[in-house]
Amino acid sequence: MGKYILKRVLLMIPTLLGAAILVFLLLRMAPGDICAVRFLGTGMAVAEDQIAMCREQMGLDKPQIVQFFDFIWGYVIFDLGESMWTGQPVAHEIAIRFELSLQVAIMATLVATVIAIPLGIISAVRQNTLTDYVVRGFAIAGIAIPSFWLGLMIILGLLVFTQAWFGDPWMPPINFKSIWDDPAHNLAQLIWPAVATGYRYSAVATRMTRSAMLEVLREDYVRTARAKGMLERIVINRHALKNALLPVVTILALEFAFLMGGLVVTEQVFNLNGLGNLMVDGVERQDFTLTQNLVMLVVIVYVFVNLMTDLAYAWLDPRIRYS
Amino acid sequence: MSKYARFAFALAVGTGLAMGAGGPAKAETPKKGGTLNFIVAAEAPSYDLHKESTFAAVHPIRPFYSLLIRVNPDNPQSPTDFQCDLCVGSVPKPTDGGKTYTFKIKKGVKFHDGQTLTAADVVATFNKIISPPEGVVSVRKAFYKMVDSVTAPDDETVVFKLKFPTGAFIPALATPMNHVYSAKDLKEHGYSWHEKNVNGTGAFKFAGAVAGSHVDGVRFENFHVKGKPYLDGYRALISRKLAIRVQAIRGDRAAIEFRGFPPKQRDDLVAALGKDITVQESDWNCVLLFTPNQGRPIMQDPRVRQALTLAVDRWGGSQHLSRIAIVKTVGGIGFPGHPLSATKAELVRLNGYGTDLKASREKAKKLLAEAGKAGLKFELLNRGTDQPYKIVGTWLIGQWRQIGLEVTQKVEPTKSFYNSLRKTKEFDVSLDFNCQSVINPIVDVSKFVGSAGNNYGNYKGKDQELEDIYNQLIKEGDEKKQREIMRVMEKRALSDMAHEGVTLWWYKINPHRSYVKGWKIAPSHYLNQSLDQVWLDK
Repeated sequence: MGKYILKRVLLMIPTLLGAAILVFLLLRMAPGDICAVRFLGTGMAVAEDQIAMCREQMGLDKPQIVQFFDFIWGYVIFDLGESMWTGQPVAHEIAIRFELSLQVAIMATLVATVIAIPLGIISAVRQNTLTDYVVRGFAIAGIAIPSFWLGLMIILGLLVFTQAWFGDPWMPPINFKSIWDDPAHNLAQLIWPAVATGYRYSAVATRMTRSAMLEVLREDYVRTARAKGMLERIVINRHALKNALLPVVTILALEFAFLMGGLVVTEQVFNLNGLGNLMVDGVERQDFTLTQNLVMLVVIVYVFVNLMTDLAYAWLDPRIRYS
Repeated sequence: MSKYARFAFALAVGTGLAMGAGGPAKAETPKKGGTLNFIVAAEAPSYDLHKESTFAAVHPIRPFYSLLIRVNPDNPQSPTDFQCDLCVGSVPKPTDGGKTYTFKIKKGVKFHDGQTLTAADVVATFNKIISPPEGVVSVRKAFYKMVDSVTAPDDETVVFKLKFPTGAFIPALATPMNHVYSAKDLKEHGYSWHEKNVNGTGAFKFAGAVAGSHVDGVRFENFHVKGKPYLDGYRALISRKLAIRVQAIRGDRAAIEFRGFPPKQRDDLVAALGKDITVQESDWNCVLLFTPNQGRPIMQDPRVRQALTLAVDRWGGSQHLSRIAIVKTVGGIGFPGHPLSATKAELVRLNGYGTDLKASREKAKKLLAEAGKAGLKFELLNRGTDQPYKIVGTWLIGQWRQIGLEVTQKVEPTKSFYNSLRKTKEFDVSLDFNCQSVINPIVDVSKFVGSAGNNYGNYKGKDQELEDIYNQLIKEGDEKKQREIMRVMEKRALSDMAHEGVTLWWYKINPHRSYVKGWKIAPSHYLNQSLDQVWLDK
């Protein structure tokens, strides 16, 4: 097992380096630069020498190979550099948004898990009944409805219904407060994006749970358990579910990794100051330093979650470990 | 009351307020206290407005600072009403044949850290803006080409000496980004200190910020205007999506968004909130242009460019587009309604402004045929922003189709758009714009001159006559003569040579919670943001 882990960890290095090269090159292929976005957005007359000075201060006048080595050297010395837009350290920009993104990711995963596993089991156990059709319809709707639309409908619904019922329209707070400082404010803001995201995410997991359960319920050992006269509850929970959960856990883990950096649309719709929004800002402004580091953060999270999933597989299934 | 009646009521009230119809008889006594929450659509790149040009920096940061002079916050619609902010009395008249302005500085003005303001601070500030040291960015230093020197003969006097008399100086001085810094801060902390730190003499003190989320200000008790500000503080909340900014006002998470909303969002808010929403509207010192690229052979013939402008139904477009987009007013090169700008009678004499659309379009077709360009095909470069770029771009293509032109639209994200417009010049015709803060037509119209830094029509060096007209304008001190020169310049730039096509001027719409008082809409989203006169009627 130790050898297997070492092999997988060493494989991470070329993966990360490849990602770094790709990110660096792709960002610079897009036309324009941050100084043009910053100074020309208003249509004012800005002298070319001022824009050139800005490019020089941002290091954009250096050869690209030098810029690349600066970027990689930053990782070696644990200095991610400064955002080209705000001038703040990138580590600081990420750190202040990390808590929010992590909390939404955890809450959405919880919402998804709480919805997906029971519904998936019920749907499988009552296959081809009305309950099954309703659950499948619910799941397909979750996949089909875009998160941004659902998010906007949630906000609009809250405004319309609170105005109709209480006289004044209410919407969730639009600025973040830590759950440790103000739990009520925090939950009033984050529960809605967690529901909107968790619903979509649960739809995939529900279908996965259902199909995995259907497969397992047809296995010989389940039939044997039933033949031995075990209670159906025990057959489902102890024998079937445990084995059916393996692919579901994988899906949940990968989706969690995605949520950490990929909640771009939901964060915009709910005005969340998270990593997804930061990524959009970075790309729009051509803030290379910030965007490179954010993409690398997402890559690292993915690689790490993948590693953890593979290790979990290897732990659960000796055939993977020894192959 | 139906939603339309409520809308009409609120609009009437709001417009009345904007026009100052309320008058002294309706003046209310300001109430002290409360925190104003307002929304900003983007994050400030830095806190140093000497080097920034975005409203996203002006709205949250402007209340921390004072200016030497400013647009009168009680009469911001006036393009000529300036008042002293850090100087004493009224804005001084020039001496020395219009070449010297002497300002007396207020005594006892305190910076937020306790320093006392002197003339040296004002001089250090304007030297940073006008002639910054090597390596220090000052994006508007070109506004002050007329300034020869800024000096402080004593602690209470600042003297600006100009190279030539010009009407462009005072409006330029009132630019809302000219925050006055402490000379000591600049000397001790350096010229980049203000990018991340705040120490002003404004009505509010910096109370913290969270990147990407908000900026907080609290009342400065030693503010140099006694009795102000009225608010305890404010929070500038950042929200990128228009839908959220609108809903934030509806749900009272914020009371106002100072940049402005499109007509549909105004109508939605009014329908939802009725008397709880007040709408202020104003012409906006932003104009959307179409710029033919004279570097391309197909756009080098003035007859083709004249045809492009002749095809456009500006008067009809004003009526229809103003229902869906933030554009409305028909105008020439200067801000509509400014004394130096053209009246309707003057405009209709220009190609493309006539009221007989059929005749204009027939003339356009004739000119195209003469130039051998009938049925010309070309591409319109546009910015990937709905309001008002894509709406106006699509409308323009429809207008040009009426004279047999086949135009396709290439929409690019903002950064690529700038690159194509400014650097690579990869376009036949492009949408372009000119947005300024203080209405200063003499400076603003430089956009139409080929040699201007923000002119992208590729006609630099190809129209010396226009350059000469502009040079004459900037050095003319007499307003009547300035107006005459403006007409000559307008005719040359928009009609005879048709270097640029003015589409419509923008229209600013600010629906806000009715409890926000004391703020009057200005003709620019950069102006009237000091917040010292704002109060909450709660």
